[in-house]
Amino acid sequence: MSREVLNLLWMFGIFASLLFIIGIYCILATYNLIRALIGIEIMIKAVTLLLIVAGYVTGRTALIQALVITTIVIEAVLVAVTAGVILGIHRHTGSLDTRKMRDE
Amino acid sequence: MQRLDLFILIILVLAALWTAMSRGLIRSAIGLALTSAILTIIMFRLNSPLAAVFELSVCSGLISVLFVSTISLTQPLTKEEARQHMWARLSRFWYLPIILVGVGIFLSLFKLRQDLSMPVLQAQKDVRVLLWGTRQMDLLGQLLILLAGVFAVIILFKEKKNNE
Amino acid sequence: MQPLLILIPFITILLLNILRPEIARRAAFRVALVISVLQMIAVFFLHRSFATMYSGPLLSVLQFNITTDYLSALMLFSIALILFVALIVAGQVIKGRQELFNFVNLSLIALAGMNGTVMSHDIFSLYVFIEVTSVTSFIMIVFNQNIRAFEGAFKYIMLSALATIFMLTAIALVVILTGDTDFTVIKAALSGPVNSGILKSAIVIFLSGFFIKAGLIPFHGWLPDAYVSAPSPVSVLLAGIITKTVGVYTLIRVVTGVFGFSPVINNTLLFIGAFSVVLAAIAALNQRDFKRMLAYSSISQVGYIILGVGAGTPLGIAGAAFHLFNHAIFKSLLFVNSSAVEEQTGSRSMDNLYGIAQKMPLTATTSVVASLSAAGVPPLAGFWSKIMIIVALWMSGHYGFCLVAIFTGILTLAYFLSLQRNIFSGKLPDSLKNIKEVGFVFAIPEVLLAAIIIGCGIFYPWILKSLILPLGAALGG
Repeated sequence: MSREVLNLLWMFGIFASLLFIIGIYCILATYNLIRALIGIEIMIKAVTLLLIVAGYVTGRTALIQALVITTIVIEAVLVAVTAGVILGIHRHTGSLDTRKMRDE
Repeated sequence: MQRLDLFILIILVLAALWTAMSRGLIRSAIGLALTSAILTIIMFRLNSPLAAVFELSVCSGLISVLFVSTISLTQPLTKEEARQHMWARLSRFWYLPIILVGVGIFLSLFKLRQDLSMPVLQAQKDVRVLLWGTRQMDLLGQLLILLAGVFAVIILFKEKKNNE
Repeated sequence: MQPLLILIPFITILLLNILRPEIARRAAFRVALVISVLQMIAVFFLHRSFATMYSGPLLSVLQFNITTDYLSALMLFSIALILFVALIVAGQVIKGRQELFNFVNLSLIALAGMNGTVMSHDIFSLYVFIEVTSVTSFIMIVFNQNIRAFEGAFKYIMLSALATIFMLTAIALVVILTGDTDFTVIKAALSGPVNSGILKSAIVIFLSGFFIKAGLIPFHGWLPDAYVSAPSPVSVLLAGIITKTVGVYTLIRVVTGVFGFSPVINNTLLFIGAFSVVLAAIAALNQRDFKRMLAYSSISQVGYIILGVGAGTPLGIAGAAFHLFNHAIFKSLLFVNSSAVEEQTGSRSMDNLYGIAQKMPLTATTSVVASLSAAGVPPLAGFWSKIMIIVALWMSGHYGFCLVAIFTGILTLAYFLSLQRNIFSGKLPDSLKNIKEVGFVFAIPEVLLAAIIIGCGIFYPWILKSLILPLGAALGG
């Protein structure tokens, strides 16, 4: 691992970690289910950035692009399913507040 | 990596911060689409054009449509309630965004080296050839998960006739 | 022939949805049953020459990165068996043809996903098929659309998405280190000089992702709510095989096949395993809802499996794999019985149910068999796998963990016996005078699973020689 590569990694890694922490902040600080999903999305963006950087650094952009395309498809389906679950919760209880979700 | 890249990365973080902190859900959804667009620009600069186009069309397009439709189906709050919610939310963990932005800028200036060269590209196949040739199992997985998504939409997005 | 195991469910789903609804709905259930039985039989013929001869020309257009060894074969058999059982339970419990059709389709997608997970030889394909299985399990939990299911599923989705993010991060770090995603390439590259800081972070992050998926303490927050609020056939599938495949099998595969054992990994596995085993058993003692008690018991048993892997010896890994198989069998049997009781009496609370054995003797007997196997009583199958794990821990010098495992065996016996005594023995209250024993069709999975438990226990020496020891030798570090 040459020194330049490590520096590059460090730079991008800082920003990816910042994005990740923003995602966690979004989930922690909200009482709304949809905003929690947005937080998860921000975290997935952070990981996508890290993957692309991994491809750039090792030079294997083709492999990484294939992985990223698959990840984006999975992410889209995940959002669709979670949106369905959120809609279901809303239909039953009329509110999207996490404080109102009972813990058994 | 040049000064332009650093600038775009800072904008990305600021856009994400705006998404997390803004009032109301629709603004957050738009912020998410904006963040995806900025990520697309970064991906272009890092030699990944195909993935960038995919990200732009799916994340800035499809997912934003999903979010906006979910938000509008679940009765958004009035403006005053949304503002109250925002101030209540920002008062929790209020120190975190400020520390975040400060630390990020400080660290990046500290370790800044603006003349980093790009690593040598190995001779490699085109992404399309790779995807269809070597990673066929992933393609099958994508098809399976799309099927599952179709079932989810069929089961979950139907209007219920009787609520129980 | 291996790719067929994924392609057949996939093509079946497409066909079922293209044909006309009347034919499709009636045929779907039977077709799924046939597929699961065929897979159970096919596992024994995976490496024979005629299999590759017949399907070779057809499948040569496809290039999958697939391999099967003993562990994959064991998992394939368990997947097919538990799917078979869950389908029979679903046929009895789910009313409404459209809902049964949806369930059958979803379970076929889950079957394809799980088959892909256990056969994958590439770290990213493993992740893709884990996601396929997990997303399908989210949908299966909520397909009845009651509110408890939605809430349990939401918590599960959040934690599972967190695990996804961890796994992707670790995959990115591994690609930075080694430049490829195939198991053998990574293993070869990791034995050379690598940046150890990045490697350690990759291992820790990967393990955290798997711990969340497997439901170990302290990442277990989603498990009780998801297991309890899911409909009965989904609970059988989820508890019996889905969590085992995407959490525990993948952990064993990645630790033995990619990273190899090191003292840090061993100690992490041992500690997390010990915490899960003890804390979940104590939590199980305090439950009043018997499905929730079974959920905590699942966490505890998975802790045993992790303790076996953490021992690091071939005996430990073999014991862990055998316990995985046993746990799938006896936990599914317990969930099948619990769904039978719930169907007949309409309640899940242990405060309302007494003396059911008088009216449901078959359910009570098979439940006793499953409970004793879970607690590790000889000569049932569970005893052998627990003994292997305990001996492996002792022989590799981890005496403290060995004592923890033995102590928790006693706790396990305690809460299972209290469950048995509470629900099945005692005096039958008047409100339950009208319940009946399960019908013939429902009895098939009960008797089948109980017979497998007893059979594996009695024929253990033969199984040891032909299956367990080769498995341990192949995987062991």
